[in-house]
Amino acid sequence: MAEAHPVGFQWVMEAKRRGAKVFHVDPRFTRTSALADSYLPIRAGSDIALLGGVVRHILHNELDFREYVLAYTNAATIVSERFVDTEDGDGFFSGFDPETGSYVQDSWQYAGHESDSGSGHTAQERDTAAGLRHESHGAQVGGQTVRDETLQHPRCVYQILKRHFARYTPEMVERVCGIPREKFLELAEAWTANSGRERTGVLIYSVGWTQHSVGVQYIRTGAIIQLLLGNMGRPGGGILALRGHASIQGSTDIPTLFNLLPGYLPMPHHADHPTFDEWVDSIRHPGQKGFWGNARAYAASLLKAYWGDAATPENDFCYGYLPRMTGDHGTYQQVLNMIDGKVRGYFLLGQNPAVGSAHGRAQRLGMANLDWLVVRDLFMIESATFWRNSPEVATGEIVPEQCRTEVFFLPAASHVEKEGTFTQTQRLLQWREKAVDPPGDARSELWFFYHLGLRLREKLAGSELPRDRALLDLAWDYPTHGPHAEPVAEAVLREINGYEVATGRPLSAFAEARDDGSTAVGCWIYCGVYADGVNQAARRRSRHEQDWVAAEWGWAWPANRRILYNRASADPWGRPWSERKRYVWWDPDAGQWTGYDVPDFERTKPPTYRPPEGASGPEGIAGDDPFVMQGDGKGWLYAPSGVLDGPLPTHYEPAESPVRNPLYRQQANPTRKVYAHPVNSVNPSPPQEHSQVFPYVFTVSRLTEHHTAGGMSRTVRPLAELQPEMFVEVSPDLAAEAGLAHLGWAHLVSGRAVIEAKVLVTDRLTPLRVDGQIVHQVWLPYHFGFEGLVTGDSANDLFGITLDPNVLIQESKIGTCDVRPGRRPTGPALLDLVADYQRRAGIVPGHPAPTLTPGALAPPAPADGAGKGRDAS
Amino acid sequence: MLPDPHSLSGPLDPAPEAGWTDAPPRMGFFTDTSVCIGCKACEVACKEWNDVPGSGLDLLGMSYDNTGALTANSWRHVAFVEQSRPAGHPAGVAGAGPQFLGMPGAQPPGRAGGAQGRTDFRWLMMSDVCKHCTHAACLDVCPTGSLFRTEFGTVVVQEDICNGCGYCISACPYGVIDQREGDGRAWKCTLCYDRIGAGKTPACAQACPTESIQYGPLDELRERAAARVATLHERGVGEARLYGHDPGDGVGGDGAFFLLLDEPEVYGLPPDPVVTTRDLPKMWKRAGLAALAMAAAAVAAFVGGSS
Repeated sequence: MAEAHPVGFQWVMEAKRRGAKVFHVDPRFTRTSALADSYLPIRAGSDIALLGGVVRHILHNELDFREYVLAYTNAATIVSERFVDTEDGDGFFSGFDPETGSYVQDSWQYAGHESDSGSGHTAQERDTAAGLRHESHGAQVGGQTVRDETLQHPRCVYQILKRHFARYTPEMVERVCGIPREKFLELAEAWTANSGRERTGVLIYSVGWTQHSVGVQYIRTGAIIQLLLGNMGRPGGGILALRGHASIQGSTDIPTLFNLLPGYLPMPHHADHPTFDEWVDSIRHPGQKGFWGNARAYAASLLKAYWGDAATPENDFCYGYLPRMTGDHGTYQQVLNMIDGKVRGYFLLGQNPAVGSAHGRAQRLGMANLDWLVVRDLFMIESATFWRNSPEVATGEIVPEQCRTEVFFLPAASHVEKEGTFTQTQRLLQWREKAVDPPGDARSELWFFYHLGLRLREKLAGSELPRDRALLDLAWDYPTHGPHAEPVAEAVLREINGYEVATGRPLSAFAEARDDGSTAVGCWIYCGVYADGVNQAARRRSRHEQDWVAAEWGWAWPANRRILYNRASADPWGRPWSERKRYVWWDPDAGQWTGYDVPDFERTKPPTYRPPEGASGPEGIAGDDPFVMQGDGKGWLYAPSGVLDGPLPTHYEPAESPVRNPLYRQQANPTRKVYAHPVNSVNPSPPQEHSQVFPYVFTVSRLTEHHTAGGMSRTVRPLAELQPEMFVEVSPDLAAEAGLAHLGWAHLVSGRAVIEAKVLVTDRLTPLRVDGQIVHQVWLPYHFGFEGLVTGDSANDLFGITLDPNVLIQESKIGTCDVRPGRRPTGPALLDLVADYQRRAGIVPGHPAPTLTPGALAPPAPADGAGKGRDAS
Repeated sequence: MLPDPHSLSGPLDPAPEAGWTDAPPRMGFFTDTSVCIGCKACEVACKEWNDVPGSGLDLLGMSYDNTGALTANSWRHVAFVEQSRPAGHPAGVAGAGPQFLGMPGAQPPGRAGGAQGRTDFRWLMMSDVCKHCTHAACLDVCPTGSLFRTEFGTVVVQEDICNGCGYCISACPYGVIDQREGDGRAWKCTLCYDRIGAGKTPACAQACPTESIQYGPLDELRERAAARVATLHERGVGEARLYGHDPGDGVGGDGAFFLLLDEPEVYGLPPDPVVTTRDLPKMWKRAGLAALAMAAAAVAAFVGGSS
C-alpha cells in the first residue's frame, strides 16, 4: 500500500501512531513492510490458504461474533442435500461439467430452491463475466429459506463452512504459504481480537489481489472473515478496494465494460433477452426480497435517458436499439479476435495495453492487424507507436512499412484540464473544477465523444436504414460553452441523476424512478447526486463544521449513504451494538431509524417487522434483515449462486506454479478461462512434465515512483529519474544459484517472451520453504516500455492469458519463468530462444494443457454423500 | 557593538545575530524517519516548485535510491538503507522494529533460532536536506554575500550574486551545498524562502503524505521531537534518537534536524559535525600572534642586528 497508494497509506501511519499494530503480507519486503510491525513473506498465489486459515481459526475457536452471524448472515440457512463440498469431491464441488469446465449450480442452492434458484449451466455466465453485475446487489436467490437457529444442522451453512475449512490449520498455512505457524497465529489472533461489539476491522485490498485465476474467491474469503467477525455495515468495518486509478469505481458504476450498463444493469444477451420484459425479468428474480425488485423502473428510465422522446412504453423504450452480447467480448478475447482479423477498429482512451496488459506481444500483434486505431492519451505511448518501435519490429514480426493499422493519435486533456467527478472506493463522488485550459489540440473525453456523436449523426442524417436509427434517435443535445463548444459537464451529471421528463425536475432518489417513461435516469444508483438541481458532489463543507461522518462533503451512492447495509450497525432489536460503535439505530419513540448516516433501511420499518408469508421485494425484508440488496436479506458466508467457481473459496494453485497443490489432486481452478489460440500458452505445472523448465516464480507490481504502464511517469523527468531502469529483484540465494551479479544484466524467459532487466540483489526477496521444497520468487516492476525518457522491457510480456471465470480478470500477478545471467538475444534469435524453451517444456502453441488435472476428477459423488463421515466433526 | 561570544559556535538565535530586527521565530524542518515511507514525494515537489533541473537517469543499485546524494540538482534526497541483522545481534529492545525475513534453512522460515535460519531485517528511509545550521560555515566563507541568513533563520543562496568561487562547498560539514555543472554557481535548499515568506509550507513538507517532514517554528519542532522520541522509547523502539537538535553541538544545532533509528553514519550523516569556521577566531588569533611574533622577531633582528 505504501508502494502503490502512498497518500492513502498516511492513514495507516496515523493509525500506527495511535497504537495500531500493522501486519504486512507480501511475497517481497516492500516499503509497506518497512513500516509494518510484523512482516509475513508469502508464496505468491496462496492467499486463500492464508485467509482460509483465519476462517478456520475463527470457527475452530468459536471467535465469531455469534449474535451478528446468527441474525445477519446465512449461517443458519440449510443448503440442498445434493450439495457436495470440494473436501469430499477432491477439489470439485457438486455439479461440475467436465465438458464445458463449468458448474451447474442447482445443487449449491438453499434447500428447497434447487430448481427455481439454480442458474443452471454457467458457461455462458463465464463468457459474459456475469459476476461483475453483483457489485451493487447479490445474485438471484429465493427469499424463503429453511433455517436452523442452533447452527447444529449438518447442512446449515455454518457447519458446511466449518467442515470446508477444517484442513486450513496453521500447519497447512505454513505448508502452502511458507508462513511460519507462529507468525500466522499472531496475525489471526490480532485480527479476531479487534472485532466484536466494541471494535471493528476494515479489509482494504488493492487490485493486484484480484488479478488471479481465483481472484474473485480471494475477495470472497475476505468477505467471509468480515462477516464472521461482524465487520460489515458498521463504522470502521467493510471491504474496500484501492484502485489503480482515480475513478475506477466510477468506471464500473458507469461502466467501460462490455457486459454492463450503468448501475450494474446487465448488457442484454441476444439469445436470452430478446424482449425488454425478458431482459428485466432476468435482472429481478420473481419472489426475490429487497430493492432490486424495482429493476424495471431503473431499466426503463435508463433507456429513456438514452433515446429521449423516441423511447416510449409502446416500443419498449427502444430496447431493440441496445447492442447485444453474443458471447465473450472481454478485452483478451478481443485481442485474439484482432489477431484473427475479426476486429477492424479500436479506441484506446487513457489505456496502454502494449505495456499494461498481460501478454504484451499478443496485444501488439493484435493492434498491428486493424484498419484503424484511435489513441487518446496525454503522451505518445507504446500503444500508439508499436508499429514502428516495439519488440516485434526488432524480431521482424511487425514491419512498419507493411503494418496495415492506421493510427490516429489524439492528445487528451488531463484531469486538471477538464471538469467532472471522481468516484472513489467508498463510492464518494467528488466534483473537480477545471484548473487550466488544456494545451493545444488536447480535448476532454466529454468533448471528444459528444462531437464524435454529432459528426456521426451529421453523416447519417436522412438515412432510412433501420440500423442507423439507434444513433439518429439518441437524445444528443447537451449545452456547450467556450471556443471549442465544450459540453457542460454538470448537464451530463444532471442527466445521470435523472429527471422528471414532463417538468425537467431533477429526481431526489431512485425510488422516484418510474417504468412508464415519465422519468429519465442515466444511472439509477447515482440518483440524488443532483437533487434539488444542486451539484451535490461539489459540496465542500469542512469536517470541522459537521459531524464525523461528514455527510456534506461530496456525495456517495446510493442516497448519500456512507456505509452500506448500516442497519447491521445496530443489533437485531435496533439498539447500537455498543456506545463506541453507535452509528444507525431504531428510535422507538419516533418510530423510525435514525443515526449519523442515512439509514440503509426502510425508515419506518420496525426491527420487529416480519414479512407475511410469500412476500417479495422490499416487503419481504424482515426488520432484522440488514442486507437489503440480497435476495434473502442476509450476508452470504456461503454463496448459493453468483460465484461461478464455487459457493466457497478453496485453495487452487495458480495456473503456473512450481508447486503441486497440497490440498487436492486438481491442481488449478478447474473453471478458469484459457484461450486455445496459437499466440497463447501456459507454462507446465506439476504434475505435468517439464515444469522444471520454468523453475522460478515471478510476480509483478508497482513502484511508488511510477504509475501503471508508465505513460504518465516515464515521460516526466522528475519521476523518470527516480526509477530510471527496468530491474529484477532477486534474493542473494537465487543470485548465487543463477549466477547473477548486482547491477549486472539478467534475462527472464517464459513460454511467451524473453525480457531483460538489471539485477538488484536484495535481502528483501527471500526463498520460501514450501512443502519441503525451496521456492524462489523474483519481483519485477511492470512500468517499463519502449517509449518515454526511460525505457525497458515490459514485465507483462512474460504472462500468458489465463482468466478468472467470474469477471474475466487476467492472472497477471504470478507466473513461472527461467532466469539467466546476461542480456537477452535480439532479432530473430530472440524468437528462437522462446521456441527452444517451448520445445523443452512441451508447449504446443494453440494447444494448452487441459484445465482438469489428469486423474483429478473423482467418480461422481453419490447424491447423499454430502459431508459423509464428516458430520460429526 | 561587541560580537556575540557564540557568533561562530555554541547556542544562538541566528536571525537577530545577523542583524534582523523584529525577526519572526526561527523556522525549520523536523524529519521523523520513523514514519518515512520512502515515497520521494519530497524530492519531486522540491524539483517542481523550485524548477530544479534533472539529476541524471542512472540506476545506482543503492536499494531504491537513484538520487545518490544531495547535489546542486537534488535538494531533497531520500536515502534507503537495507539492513540485515542476524538474530542475537544487540538490536535494541525486543520488538524494536527489526523485521523477520524468513531465509531458508533446515526448518521452515523463522523457526530456527540461529542466525542461519533467521534474519532480522530493516529497511530504513530518510529524507535528507540542507541543515540550515545555526553556525553556517558556507555563509561565513562566502566572499560575495550571495549566501545570507534570512529573517527565518534559514540560509539561502542568492543565485544572481553567487560568483561560483566554491568556498562554501568545502566549508559545509555535511557535504550539502554543491556547484551546478555548466553553470558554476552553488545551489541548495532554500527552505522554500519564497513560500515561507508568503506564509506557506515548504513544498517538500506540503507533499509529505505521512508528516515525516514537519515544518514549523524550531522551538515547537524540538518539543514535538522530544515527545516523539519519548513515545517511541515507551513503545520499545530504543534505538530512536534525535540528530541535529542540540544547540550545544558542533554547529550550534540544525534548523533542519532528524529523528533517526540508527547511528547517523548508517544514513551517511557525519556523527559529530563541527562548523568548519569554528576555529577561525582562534586561527586569526594565532595568525595575529604569529604575525606579532614575526614582527617582534623582525624588530628583534633589527635591534639585534644593530647591536
